[in-house]
Amino acid sequence: MDQLPALLIVIPLLAAPVAAALPNNRLPWLLATAVSWIVFAIAVALMVRVIDSSVISYAMGGWEPPWGIELRIDALNAFVLLIVSTIGAVVTPFAGRSVAAEINKDNISLFYCLFLLTYTGLLGITATGDIFNLFVFLEISSLSSYALIALGRDRRALTAAYQYLIMGTIGATFFLIGVGLLYSMTGTLNIPDLADRLPAVIESRTAHSAFAFVVAGIGLKLALFPVHLWLPNAYAYAPSAVSAFIAATATKVAVYILLRLLFTVFGAEFSFGRMPLQPILIVLSVLGIFVTSTVACAQSDAKRLLAYSSVAQIGYMVVGLSLATTAGLTAAITHMFNHALMKGALFLALGAVAYRIGSTRLSDLAGLGRAMPWTMSAFSIGGLSLIGVPLTAGFISKWYLIVAALEHDWWWLALALLLTSLIAVIYVWKVVEAAWFRDLPAAHSEVREAPLSLLVPTWLLVAANLWFGIDTRFSAGLAARAAEWLLGATP
Amino acid sequence: MEFLGHYNYWIVIFLMMAGFYTVISRGNLVKKIVGLNIFQTSVFILYISIGHVSGGAAPILAEGVPVYSNPLPQVLILTAIVVGVATTALGLALVVRIREAYGTVEEEEIHLQDIDF
Repeated sequence: MDQLPALLIVIPLLAAPVAAALPNNRLPWLLATAVSWIVFAIAVALMVRVIDSSVISYAMGGWEPPWGIELRIDALNAFVLLIVSTIGAVVTPFAGRSVAAEINKDNISLFYCLFLLTYTGLLGITATGDIFNLFVFLEISSLSSYALIALGRDRRALTAAYQYLIMGTIGATFFLIGVGLLYSMTGTLNIPDLADRLPAVIESRTAHSAFAFVVAGIGLKLALFPVHLWLPNAYAYAPSAVSAFIAATATKVAVYILLRLLFTVFGAEFSFGRMPLQPILIVLSVLGIFVTSTVACAQSDAKRLLAYSSVAQIGYMVVGLSLATTAGLTAAITHMFNHALMKGALFLALGAVAYRIGSTRLSDLAGLGRAMPWTMSAFSIGGLSLIGVPLTAGFISKWYLIVAALEHDWWWLALALLLTSLIAVIYVWKVVEAAWFRDLPAAHSEVREAPLSLLVPTWLLVAANLWFGIDTRFSAGLAARAAEWLLGATP
Repeated sequence: MEFLGHYNYWIVIFLMMAGFYTVISRGNLVKKIVGLNIFQTSVFILYISIGHVSGGAAPILAEGVPVYSNPLPQVLILTAIVVGVATTALGLALVVRIREAYGTVEEEEIHLQDIDF
C-alpha cells in the first residue's frame, strides 16, 4: 500500500522490455491492457487516499527529500493521474485490433513497448516531486511518442515525427536551461523545497530568466499558439490508437506541468502579479483559439480537423489557467478532464472508421452514418460535447470558464469563448454532414459496423461524456478541490 | 565588469545561438540534428559552469583536497547527455527512414513531394 506511488511508475516501465521480447501476436497487447488496468486501479486508490487534501510523499530508494528524489501525490496530481490512467485503460483495449490493422506486423511487440514507455513517462511526470526528474520523464514520454507517431501508415508520419522531435527537443532544452538557472539560485531540485527557497531570491535577473525559459519550454510542449505547429501533423498521421492516446493525455500533462510551475514553484503572486504573464497568455490563447478553430473548418481530413480543434481546446485550458482565480483554475482543470474524454471518444470513433475503410478523409466518410451508425453516433455526441451543448461534459467546462471570465468583469472574454464555440459548430458539422447527409458510395456498400472491441471503448468514453455532463461531483468537484489546494496551500 | 572571467558563459551563449540558428535556418534534416546537438551542448556547459566552486578540485574523493566542485550538476549533465544521445539516435533513424521513403533529406524537396490538395 505504501509502495503504490512507486509501483505506478515501475510496473509499466518493467512491462515495456517484456512486451518488446514477446512474439508478434496478441500477447504484447494483452500485457499492455493488463498493465493499463492495474495502473488505473492504483490511480483510483491514490485518489481515494488524497481526496481529503492530504499529501502522499514517497522517498525513492529511501533517500529523504530534499536531497533524494521524491514522488509527491496531492489533490492536483492524483486527478491528472486519474485522467491519464482512465484514457490508458480505455485506449489500450481499443489498440488491439486497430493497431494490428494499421502497422507492419513485425513491429507489433515494439509498438507496445513504446506505448508502455510513453505511458511510464506521462505517469512519471505527474507523480514526481523533483523538477529534474520531471525533465527526465518528459523526455522519456516525448522520445517514445516520436517513435510511436513515426509508425503511422502514411509516409508523412515520418516527417511529422521528425518535426515534432526537433520542436519538442528545443522545448525540453529550454525547460532544462530554466531548471539549471533555478538550481543555481536555490541549490535544490525538489519542488516544495524550491517553493520555499525561491521567494528569497526571486527578485534577481536569473530567477526571471529561469521563469521565462521554463514557461517558453513548456508552452511548446503544450502546443500553445504559435508554437503549436508540430501538433496537427503529428496527430493526423499517427496510428489511430496513438492519436487517441496522445491527444487525450500528453498535452494535459504539459498543462499540469505549467500549473505546477506557475502556482507551486513560483507562486501565483509572482507569476501573474509581478511578471506580465497574464496578458501574454490570454492574448496568445484567445488568438490561438480563433485561428485554429477557423483553420479546422478548412480541413479535408477528419483527424487533422480534430488536431486543430485540440489546439483550440488547449487554448481554453490556458485561458482558465491565466485567470489565476479558483474559478479559473477549476475551469482549466475540469476542462483537462472533459477534453480528455471528448477527444478520446472522437479519435477512437475515427479509429474505428479507419479500421473499416482505411481512411479518414471527409470525402471518404460520405454516407457512413448509414453503414456504421454506432460509430458515427459516437462521433456526433463527442462533437456535441466539443461544441458545449448542455447535458454534455463540454458544456460544464465552458460554463465554468465563462463564470470565471465574468468574475473578472471581462465580458469580452466570455463573448470570445461563446463565439469560438460557434466556430466549433462549423467544423463538427462538416463531419456530421458528410456522414449522415451524403450518399454512401458504391465502393463502401459492403462496409459493416466496427467490431465490438473497438465500439465498446469508444462508447465508454461517450457515455462518460454524457455522465459527467450531468453529474459533476467527480469531475468539477475534484477539480475545485485541486484548484483550492493549488491556490491556497503552502507546499 | 569581468568579461574575461566569465568567458564560460560567453561560450555558452555563442554555442546556444549558433545551434539554434542552425536548426531554424538549415533545410537539410541531418544539419538540423547537428544544430540541435550544439544547442544541447551549450546547456551542458552552462550547468557545469554553474557548479564550479572557486578553487575547487574535480569532485572525486582524494587525499588532501580541501574543496570540491559541486558534483550534482555534473550528474545532471550525464543524464542530459544520455537524453541528447537518445534524441540524436532517434532523429537520425527517422532521417534514414525519410530518405528511404522520399529519396531526399532536403526539407524543401520533401515539402514539394507532399503538397496535397
